[in-house]
Order: sequence, then C-alpha cells, then structure tokens
Amino acid sequence: MRTFQTGWQQLWSIVGKDLRSELRARQVWVAMALFSALVMIVFYFAFDLRVENRAPVAPGALWIAFVFASVLGLGRTFAAEQEHGAMDRLLLCPVDRQVIFLAKLIGYLIFLAVVEAIAVPLFAAIYNLPILSGGLVVIVVLGTVGIATMCTLFAAVASATRAREVILPLLVFPLLIPVVIGAVRATQSLLIPVVNDPPWPGLLAAFDVIFVTLSVLFFQFVVED
Amino acid sequence: MNTLASDPAKSGQQESSKPLGKGLLDPVRRYGEYVLGGALAIGMLVSIWAAFLGTPTDAVQGDVQRIMYFHVPMALLAFFAFFVVFVASIVYLLRRDERWDWLARASAEVGVVYTTMVLICGSIWGKAYWGTWWDGEPILTTTLILWFIYVAYLLLRFYSGRTESGARNAAVLGIIGFVDVPIVHFAVTWWRGLHPTGYVLNGATPDTPASVFLALLLAMATFTLLYAFLLLQLYRLERYTTEAERLRAQVEYGDDSAS
Repeated sequence: MRTFQTGWQQLWSIVGKDLRSELRARQVWVAMALFSALVMIVFYFAFDLRVENRAPVAPGALWIAFVFASVLGLGRTFAAEQEHGAMDRLLLCPVDRQVIFLAKLIGYLIFLAVVEAIAVPLFAAIYNLPILSGGLVVIVVLGTVGIATMCTLFAAVASATRAREVILPLLVFPLLIPVVIGAVRATQSLLIPVVNDPPWPGLLAAFDVIFVTLSVLFFQFVVED
Repeated sequence: MNTLASDPAKSGQQESSKPLGKGLLDPVRRYGEYVLGGALAIGMLVSIWAAFLGTPTDAVQGDVQRIMYFHVPMALLAFFAFFVVFVASIVYLLRRDERWDWLARASAEVGVVYTTMVLICGSIWGKAYWGTWWDGEPILTTTLILWFIYVAYLLLRFYSGRTESGARNAAVLGIIGFVDVPIVHFAVTWWRGLHPTGYVLNGATPDTPASVFLALLLAMATFTLLYAFLLLQLYRLERYTTEAERLRAQVEYGDDSAS
C-alpha cells in the first residue's frame, strides 16, 4: 500500500511531465487561446451587440469559447499521448489510476488557466464590459473545473475509438449543460444583479464535486487493459 | 465467456453454461416470445381503440389530447429503458459478463427510439395546444438532452466496435449519463427562474372520467410489452452479431482470440 506522500509525489511528477512536454511543443495552448479569441469575435458579429443587449448575451459567448477551446485542445493532447504510446507506459507504472486521472486533470487545468488568463481580459476589452473582478475569477475557476473534468474523462474514452476528435464533443456537451447554464448565469449576475436568483456559484461547486467524484471513480475502467 | 447461454432476461442471469430450469422453462423459452408478441398485438389494437374511440374527447384541448395515451407511456418507458442501461452497465463493470453489455445496448436502442417518438409527438401536441413546436419548458429541454446523451452513447458504441474496451467505456457513459439526467433537469428548471410549470397530467380532476385512466393504464401496459418485445429481439441480435463476428475471426485468423 502506497502512502499518501508517494501518491502526492507521483501526482506532481506526472503534472510536471505534461507541462514540460506542452511547453516544449508550445502548439496547442497558443492555438487554443487564439481559437477562443476568435470564437468571441465571431459571436460579436453574429449577435450585433449593442450597449443594451451586451450584458445578457456576452457571458454566453465567453463560455462557449471556453467549452469549444477545451474540447479542441484536449482532443489533440490525448491523441498525441496515444500516438507516442506515452499513456500505455504511464499505465504500466505502479501508480494508482486515481492519481493518473487527477494529474491529467490538474495539468489540463493549469493549461486552461493560461488560456483563460489571455482570453478573459480580451473578452472584457472586446465586449467593453466591466467584468474583471474577484467574483469572475471564482466563477471561471468553478466552471473550468467542471468542464475540464468531463473533458479529461471522455477524452480518454474517445481516444479508444476510431473517431476521437468527432465524438468527444458529442459525448461531453450534453453532460456539460448544467455547468454551462450555471457558469453563464453566474457571469450574467455579475453584470446585472438578479433578485431571487439561485446561488449559481454554489451550484457550480456542487456540480464540480459530483463530476470529479464520478470521474475519479470511473477512470480506472476506461484505461484498464 | 459463454456465448450460447440463454437469455438473462428470462433465465435469471445464470453464469452456468446450462440454461436454467431445463425442462421446466422449455415451453416458456420456446413459446414465450409468441405469447408476448400475441399479447402485444392484441394490446396495441385495444389501446388504439381505447385512445381514439373508448375515451371522451377533451373539453379544452379537443382530439389532440389523445396524443397523451401514447406520449406519456412512451416517455415513462424511455426513462425506464435508460434506467435499465444504468443498472446493466453497473453489473457489467462488476461482473464482466458480456450478456449485461448486450442488455445495456439493446435497452439504449429501444430507449432512443421511444425518446425520439416522445419528442416528435410531444412537439405535435405542443403545436396544437400551446401554439409552438417547442418551448423551453424544463421537462422538454431535459428530454432533449437525454436524447442527445443516449444518441452519443449509441455513436460511441458504433465507433468503438465490439471490443471489451468499447463495452467498458460505454458502460461508464451509461452510468454517468444517467446520473447526469437529474442534474440537467435541476439546472434547466432553475435556469428558467424557478417558475412553476404546469404539467399536462396535473390537469386531471376528480371529474376526469375513469375511462381516461383505464385507457392510459392499458397504453402503459401495451408499451411495456412493446419494450420487452423489442428488447428481446435486439438482445438476440446482439448475441448473434457477437457470435458471428467471433466465428468470422476464427475462420480468418484460425483462432478464437478475436474478442
């Protein structure tokens, strides 16, 4: 039985490995940041936003950009793992499956944090909204954890199929609807406070707990071979 | 893994190679399907008669309300079908008996067909009664997302092929998808700002004639029979397809390591 401490070390060494390989390749995160900026621009034109309808519509554009970018980036990352056989070798190591999943999740979250750190100020600038606040950081973190968890689990599922890039969004988007609703509503309420609104940040946190628990529980069946 | 064993739906999920209750259950196994099919045919005819002729026309909605006799049972059974997927997926992950995987897949297929029908006839009903094909009412939205989850489930199965890892991954989706449904419903309800929504069935009053409830019960029983009948056929199709693929692999590669 491994101790908690070794598990902790294993976790961070896998995270470090993922980050190093990502920093050396330096392709995917640049593409993701650009892609999310582009989605926001497309939305800007598609909805013809004016001052009066900007606040209710813009949060949707932000979260759609994040969801699309997460699926795009993760599909690539896991595909690269499969091509080079890195995942198989990782599974051969005496490491708990839960630790591998959490390491993949944390690595991906760091990665998304970089992309979002670029995309959120850009969003505030493009849509000219006074949205940059501590509350937004909390909401973005809560929403991103939910999105990244489901994406990480189902990227592993999709990478075992013939059509991994195509099927990942089909698997993930319906399951992510609660997170998207919660994140968009919470972001909107930062701009236009609503009375009697459900406590969306709290609900988002609850969705995150449920999704992380389920994923940690079931990841072992996905990668078992 | 024994592939020639009997139907787990009938034989109580025996792991042994011998069918359960040999002799005693033989007539059930041989004629059960015909009895089921016959009961289904009669039930369907009586249900159609009851829905269109045996019940009074709704005072407010008119004839379009008769959609309820098909819509409500199909909706409930679609949900039941996905519950069967959920249970079969859990048992599959625990026991690794491929028969549970066949059951999950067969039930998901019937469930998707039922959900599709529910969405279509629900839209027709909505157009006639509310004036729109679609509105953002929570239970409608949840049903649509449910449909998307299980269509993705079937697509995943299609793209995975008949492999063990494909079965495991599908089981994971079958479980997480089902757990997600109440969360989706909850989120969608709150997204609409906690407005109370009147469901059509809540319109029933003590004045509602008994024949309406009888017709609904009858339709419920009929659609349950239809579900069972389709499940049986699809389950058998799964079994034969798996066996056929295994035999083909044996012929092509000269061994039976295909699975």
